[in-house]
Amino acid sequence: MIETVNISKRFGKLQVLNNINLNLNRGECIALIGPNGCGKTTLIKSILGMVLPDTGAIIFDGKNIKGDNLYRAHIGYMPQIGRYPENMSIGQVTDMIKGIRNSNEPLDNDLYEQFKIGSMWDKKMRTLSGGTIQKVSATLAFMFNPKVLILDEPTAGLDPIASEVLKEKIIAARENGKLILITSHLLSELEDIVNGVIFMQEGNVKLHSNTEELKKKTGEDTIAKSIIHLLKNEQA
Amino acid sequence: MSITKNTNFLLAFILLLLGSNYVVAKTIYTGKEFTSIKAALNACVNGDTLIITKGVYREGNIVIDKSIVLLGENKPVLDGELKYEIISVKSNFVVIKGLVLKNCGRMVMNDPAAIKVYDVKHVLIENNTLLNNYFGIYLQYSQGSIVKNNVIKASQKEEHQSGNGIHCWKSDSLQITGNRISGHRDGIYFEFVTHSVVWRNIAENNLRYGLHFMFSNNDAYFTNYFKNNGAGVAVMFTKHVIMVNNTFEENWGDAAYGLLLKEISDGYLAGNIFVRNTTGVFFDGSNRITVEKNVFQSNGWGMRMQANCMDNVLTHNNFFGNTFDISTNGSLTLNRFNENYWDKYEGYDLDKNRIGDIPYRPLSLYSVIVEKNPPAMLLYRSFIIGLLDKSEKVLPSLTPENFVDNNPLMKPFTR
Amino acid sequence: MRILKYVALDILKNKIVMAYAIMLALFSWSAFGLEDNASKGVLTVLNIILLTVPLMSVLFATIYVYNSNEFIELLVSHPVKRSMIWRALFAGLSLSLVAAFILGAGIPILLFADFATAIMMITAGSFLSVIFVAIAFLSSILTRDKAKGIGISILLWLYFALLFDGLVLFLFFQFADYPIEKFVVLMSALSPVDLCRILILLRLDVSAMLGYTGAVFKDYFGTAGGLVVSYLLLSLWIIVPFMMSLIKFRKRDL
Repeated sequence: MIETVNISKRFGKLQVLNNINLNLNRGECIALIGPNGCGKTTLIKSILGMVLPDTGAIIFDGKNIKGDNLYRAHIGYMPQIGRYPENMSIGQVTDMIKGIRNSNEPLDNDLYEQFKIGSMWDKKMRTLSGGTIQKVSATLAFMFNPKVLILDEPTAGLDPIASEVLKEKIIAARENGKLILITSHLLSELEDIVNGVIFMQEGNVKLHSNTEELKKKTGEDTIAKSIIHLLKNEQA
Repeated sequence: MSITKNTNFLLAFILLLLGSNYVVAKTIYTGKEFTSIKAALNACVNGDTLIITKGVYREGNIVIDKSIVLLGENKPVLDGELKYEIISVKSNFVVIKGLVLKNCGRMVMNDPAAIKVYDVKHVLIENNTLLNNYFGIYLQYSQGSIVKNNVIKASQKEEHQSGNGIHCWKSDSLQITGNRISGHRDGIYFEFVTHSVVWRNIAENNLRYGLHFMFSNNDAYFTNYFKNNGAGVAVMFTKHVIMVNNTFEENWGDAAYGLLLKEISDGYLAGNIFVRNTTGVFFDGSNRITVEKNVFQSNGWGMRMQANCMDNVLTHNNFFGNTFDISTNGSLTLNRFNENYWDKYEGYDLDKNRIGDIPYRPLSLYSVIVEKNPPAMLLYRSFIIGLLDKSEKVLPSLTPENFVDNNPLMKPFTR
Repeated sequence: MRILKYVALDILKNKIVMAYAIMLALFSWSAFGLEDNASKGVLTVLNIILLTVPLMSVLFATIYVYNSNEFIELLVSHPVKRSMIWRALFAGLSLSLVAAFILGAGIPILLFADFATAIMMITAGSFLSVIFVAIAFLSSILTRDKAKGIGISILLWLYFALLFDGLVLFLFFQFADYPIEKFVVLMSALSPVDLCRILILLRLDVSAMLGYTGAVFKDYFGTAGGLVVSYLLLSLWIIVPFMMSLIKFRKRDL
């Protein structure tokens, strides 16, 4: 579904992405992990077309995304820190995104109801807390039933209840056969959600594997432990 | 003044004399026994009155060599068919009244006019309408003649192909009064004309000057109105000219002046109004002129005084809303400014004597810059110019030290 | 189009734009009200148009563009053309600042100045607003550092509003002996502020501008053709910086 072919990106002297080749398919729910500055966000942004790779191509549903923007109609993106025009209300932002998407399909208002976005409809964005903004971002990401979900640190800042709601939603989406890409620092959060993992370091993909296979291979019972196990072996 | 009054009396007296001497003076009409003006004219003797009745007359050049009165009845039209000089006056004491004269010839060689006066005295030209002529009224070597209340119109396009409305040459003691002149080269033209008066005329939309004076000493012009002439009014190479109560308006253009004074000395310029001219008055080589009680309003330059002007005295003039009140091209000033009103003056009057307590320097640094560097006009009203002018006002360095009105008025001068 | 609507709405509600409109209104009304004749008021307002409007436009637009980074990011992840976002931002900012200018200064100008002058002043003020928004877009795309971007904007404003004239004056003195009128006319096209000033002056100080070099200027700017060329030049001052910024924005990593 999403294929990256030899993409590289350099910011000045820093090689952020180094020849990344990935092939991501429906039904996969992948944890994108790695230390700070390993290129996770750059990879996500490349897929979203926000960062333009120096070389290589990104293929979405068989089409190169270069110069295209319509493919993004199939992606729901939840940024790490969603910042919105301060003077707009939640309602206006939502209406605007709806207008841009201009989708005829029925909307997924599940999160909208669970997070009680409707009760805050007229609140200005600048008055919202970080958690509430995350709720808005999550609602918007899921609202249009996209085939692909890209979630950057989705649970950071959410209260435990909301966090749980979101996890349920992600699992439901996975069951629905969507492709989900999640970055998080807290691997434990993702443990029971993801079925795949990509580990990045210094612009390279160190590991791309199914979680079951990974656990089997390393003999550990959690993803986190498996990764640590791998890292230790490598150093040794 | 006294001269002109005398001429008036003289003329009236002579007319009286004529009337009494020729007791048998008769009145002749065209149209009845005479079908043409020329035929009627043949029948006239000195002192007769020839009345031209309504109609259009195309008789080529009509020479009047007898002292007669030529009267138009119901505005008869004399048409020169663009070929002939219409009336040539070659006798003293001729009166021409109430005619419509149009389309005089265009031969540039001998300057044809609708009415041309040749070397004779005391001609009265009054209440005529002159349309589309080359020269309108042309006086040469004439004395004591009067041109009064005529309407002189043309729509000439090129300066070199057009003549003047009222052209006076080598004459003396003329009165040019109450005429309206438009569309000619110069409205009124004086060359070597002395002791004459120009009064209550209106000259507008002429190609070159509304009034053009050259080598004409001891003349006066009062209460005339000059508007929108190609180059305004020019008074040149003349002594003892008096200019009072005239209005100079909207003379716009590269080399246009409300009033151009070139090589003038001992003149008197008072009570005139200069409004919306590129330059109100331009002084070039002019000396000993008294300039007082004039109003300079909304001109580009109120006054431009070349450095070759000396001993002029400017008092009680009002300057309002001019882009530059005054400019000069030199650093030496030998003229005197006193008790004028300048609307740009920012001083104060603590002792309440209606005179500002600090002197006013009417010359702005920027006007000096523009004088030396005309393209700098491009920067007019830009911030940097404002800055320069302000600093110059505080610390004069480039503007002439003595270009100053030591007693600026706080309120405009009122008559 | 929907983006444009929301951007415009967002900016119009911005307190600074409202304050700007009110400040313009205050200055203009008091300029016309306090001066004893309207023409002096016009001169005060002229200075507002030539100095304040560009400064305000360039500063506000620069800051707004920097503050919209996240907003742009939000939109970019949706199926929207990048150039659309940039255009909408530009149009929104331009429209709002022009609206603020017309509401603040335009109304008193229309009421107090004579109609032809008023129209020319409002046109010039609107052009300058948009031109300096375009310049702000260019300077804010040149660097990611907000402080640097604002610095560049202020420098550009300083250059066009003050330094350029000083430079021109200097050239006048250097080349005083040459017939430089035509060159000077060309020079003036290099600064939108100067161009606007001349256009307004041709209405205001007709008599002076018709003087010696005035004839030259009148030949260039005063005719219908000259007016068209001037407007074209002013439009170029909008299009060129904005297109440069647009090209850079398209290639930019967000």
